[in-house]
Amino acid sequence: MSTEVKQKEALFSKKNRKLISDPFNDNNPITVQVLGICSALAITVKLEPAIVMSLSVMFVLAAGNVIISLIRNLIPNRIRIIVQLVVVASLVILVDQFLKAYAYDVSKQLSVFVGLIITNCIIMGRFEAFALGNGPWKAFMDGIGNSIGYGVILIAVAFFRELLGSGTLLGFNVIPQSWYINAETGTGFYANNGFFLFPPMALIVVGLIIWAQRAKNTKLIEEN
Amino acid sequence: MNVNSNGYTYTFATVMVVLVAVLLSAASLGLKSKQENNVKQEKMQSILSSVGVEVDRSGAEEAYNTVIEKVLTIKGGEVVSEDRETGFAIDMATAIKSSNMDREVPLYVANKDGQTFYIVPLRGKGLWGPVWGFVSLESDGNTVVGANFGHKSETPGLGAEITTPMFTDQFPGKKISEAGMFQSISVVKKGTSNGDYAVDGISGGTITSNGVNDMLADCLAPYAEYFKNI
Repeated sequence: MSTEVKQKEALFSKKNRKLISDPFNDNNPITVQVLGICSALAITVKLEPAIVMSLSVMFVLAAGNVIISLIRNLIPNRIRIIVQLVVVASLVILVDQFLKAYAYDVSKQLSVFVGLIITNCIIMGRFEAFALGNGPWKAFMDGIGNSIGYGVILIAVAFFRELLGSGTLLGFNVIPQSWYINAETGTGFYANNGFFLFPPMALIVVGLIIWAQRAKNTKLIEEN
Repeated sequence: MNVNSNGYTYTFATVMVVLVAVLLSAASLGLKSKQENNVKQEKMQSILSSVGVEVDRSGAEEAYNTVIEKVLTIKGGEVVSEDRETGFAIDMATAIKSSNMDREVPLYVANKDGQTFYIVPLRGKGLWGPVWGFVSLESDGNTVVGANFGHKSETPGLGAEITTPMFTDQFPGKKISEAGMFQSISVVKKGTSNGDYAVDGISGGTITSNGVNDMLADCLAPYAEYFKNI
């Protein structure tokens, strides 16, 4: 038996802060671990659903991580995946119900994708890899960190897709009306790029982000 | 305590399921009225938009009560009820299961700038799920003023195009009956529509277009008798 008295760790110790900052860059769930790509492709046509999706994932992941972490010593090992599924599914249903009541239009836009948070690999991945083996506070930080890492990429992709695809940001026109090509008067030089409205462009934008990130952060480059 | 024993596993699963069930039912019951109100306001919004009254959801109820004069319930060409709530509450998904003449369907009578309009609700099948909409007619019960459509899960870019102005803008001016005989409006292959009784379908969205075609014929027919006599 160890006689060493365990030093209580400060709430925002360097190690805990790393839990938030790591997924932001070095260990980003989308660009480095390439998880949660499906939703990144599907709901990034407009900024607003992307932001709501990020917040929903943040709630589900942080709350789920804390719940799993609190009951981690009670969960029978043989049914732990089912327990994780039940936790994430109930949280997602709660989010869905609240959106339907208080943000009806957004919930209609997100439609099936709220339900699909359940299948977002980031969530089950963090439950299994982190929450089952760490205390609630750390799990909470990890949840927040990973969902920020996810949200930042989602919002960045949505920013480019909405700006270049629809010429708007959060629904407001940002490209001056006089720029647009007008067949009647023969003026203007600009047209929205319809390609950006299709899912493949999200993949390309994510790819460009990964490229930029790897060029800057040499730690991520594998040696061959 | 052995957390991996069979007895414990069963107990844990049972307790967890009961807890989760209670929590979710509470949330569902607590939020139900608010959710239903949203759905109701959205329905009012679509009814109004078919006669060209565009309001946002929060203003929908007020505008609906001003513009919609009467809600009639029609069965076999006869008015069976004039109660506003009865008509509004009719669920078209259930109504279309019975045959044309046996079903009770609502007819919204709108008064906009002194003119009378009739608004007919539609409901049918698309490719992947239900499609629905509203068609508004002039006071003659024949000439179309406007139409809007909605769908649950049609393919974006193909079938889902039925909600866009490109499709719905074809409807104003079309007619549903010829010399007293009910005709409906056909949705035909793109580029082949001519005359007062057809509109162009969506290329690549043939099954959805056919669904809209069937829906129009099926849902307008129960009113034909009634419109003949106005």
